[in-house]
Amino acid sequence: MTAIASGSTELAERGPLRAALSRLVQRKSAVFGAVVVIFFVAVAALAPLVSPYDPLATNFLAVRKAPSVAHLFGTDEIGRDVLARVIYGARASLLAGVVSVVIALGLGVPIGLVSGYAGRWIDGLLMRITDAMLACPFLILAIALAAFLGPSLTNAMIAIGISAMPIFIRLTRAQTLAVKVEDYVEAAKALGNPHSRIILRHILPNILPPLMVQATLAIAQAIIAEASLSFLGLGQQPPAPSWGSMLNTAKNFLEQAPWMALWPGVAIFLAVLAFNLLGDGLRDALDPRRK
Amino acid sequence: MLAFLIRRLLIAVPTIFFVSIIIFGLQQLLPGDPALALAGEDRDPNVIAYFHKKYHLDQPFPVRYLYWIDDALHGDLGQSLRNNMPVGALVLQKLPVTLELGGIAFLIALLIGIPAGILSAVKNGSAIDYAANVFALWGLSTPNFWLGIMLILLVSVDLGWLPASGFVPPTENLGENLRTIIMPAFVLGNAVAAVIMRHTRSAMLQVLSSDYVRTARAKGLSERTVVLHHSLRNALIPVITLGALEFGQLLSGAVLTEQVFTIPGFGKLIVDAVFNRDYAVVQGVVLVTATIYIFLNITADFAYFLVNPRLRS
Repeated sequence: MTAIASGSTELAERGPLRAALSRLVQRKSAVFGAVVVIFFVAVAALAPLVSPYDPLATNFLAVRKAPSVAHLFGTDEIGRDVLARVIYGARASLLAGVVSVVIALGLGVPIGLVSGYAGRWIDGLLMRITDAMLACPFLILAIALAAFLGPSLTNAMIAIGISAMPIFIRLTRAQTLAVKVEDYVEAAKALGNPHSRIILRHILPNILPPLMVQATLAIAQAIIAEASLSFLGLGQQPPAPSWGSMLNTAKNFLEQAPWMALWPGVAIFLAVLAFNLLGDGLRDALDPRRK
Repeated sequence: MLAFLIRRLLIAVPTIFFVSIIIFGLQQLLPGDPALALAGEDRDPNVIAYFHKKYHLDQPFPVRYLYWIDDALHGDLGQSLRNNMPVGALVLQKLPVTLELGGIAFLIALLIGIPAGILSAVKNGSAIDYAANVFALWGLSTPNFWLGIMLILLVSVDLGWLPASGFVPPTENLGENLRTIIMPAFVLGNAVAAVIMRHTRSAMLQVLSSDYVRTARAKGLSERTVVLHHSLRNALIPVITLGALEFGQLLSGAVLTEQVFTIPGFGKLIVDAVFNRDYAVVQGVVLVTATIYIFLNITADFAYFLVNPRLRS
């Protein structure tokens, strides 16, 4: 009993953020996820230093060579090093994952805040539009947007960001509805604070934890979505490397060069798994009631 | 019950209305004159003139929308440039292929997800639970187009057991149809199985710790009876709702699976339309998918209402 009491006092003294961090590092799966994420970020940032070859350099004397000491992951149909392309492909995937989630957050959170805080007809209207966006399955909407915007990595990121936005609107609105009836928000209103200050200073900081969790999980979804769009030819355009477009090419050479299909897929799987594990860990760490 | 159904259908009306505005609004994303883009690469002046007339491009956006939605409500979703067919007819031609693929994928997902979820909950904390959770993480993290490519490599190229691509209609040869569709269906169902497994596990854990299950055990009933007769029925209620929503997601996942396995369905139709700049088809596919998804939502709510005695009363 004393030990429990002293433990909770200790947690309270450390502050909620440090307590959450402490719970996060106790979860092996979340730590594994964080380590893999850091690894991919480091690989993407240091690509020119760690890549054994130029990812665009062709070598017609080394076309579709199996993995060897010279080319650890083998070479592709025009002699480019698969390892170098997987390393540089991490840039496109992580960039797309982060930027599209930033777009979804940047648009979704303000709309959700306004919807939840204002209520009445504004809430009704915004929610019907959000329902309409949620009714279009994520990838179908992203494909349609990318089709009309034109195929490029930037447009793919915009398309994924807009398609992911409704989830953030819904989440922000739900959290705002719960927080806006708290005593401290009522007190801020009673003191005559303008609505913008109440939303930005009193509501937003208190709804950040679930948004952080959703953002981490959404990065995983966005990485798969970018790979899917690039696989369909609507994302990163050749010859720039991307895991999805590498798989698109690889499917034409399955019998001759199976390694071309293996490594980009492993990279997508590991990156998505890492963000999923980190997101699950964050959710458990930020909400201690969850097991 | 009827009042519930009518209320739910009425809520769907504004949603479909906004979906139609979003889909029609996509045209506005096209740079420059939409008729030029819609006319494809040939830019035939007759086709451009046709689109100007067809979409009333000299009118403001709201007026153009009203013309478009009026046509859509009369079953006219426009004309496919590439196939020279009405979009509605094209969609109806491809939809059964995707529905078959999605239906078998959904069946596979249920057959894997529900037993795995039950086992995982009953053996909570054991090696079986751990393995089921690893499977769920695998399912959620694996891009289905990569899984498809890897299975083609293993099952078709190395072992030669199943065809790598293609589709035989069931009306032509049922055996061949199943041989061509089983691998894509497994690939498509994999991620949904993971989601169903997670929800079944979570619902079962909740039910297994409830008072009436404790009472059933105290009465001396066998564990099998407690799990299958007393717990599973209640645990499956939220899974029913989720299942209907996941079926909608299968339509989305089918885009990639059909591309990998060259199945001439709904998903392949939208991808081909994108590359042929056949925008009327893209709009038509999104509109039909969203409408199906909205009605699946209503079905899910209705099924939830039917199986939940508290809601019925």
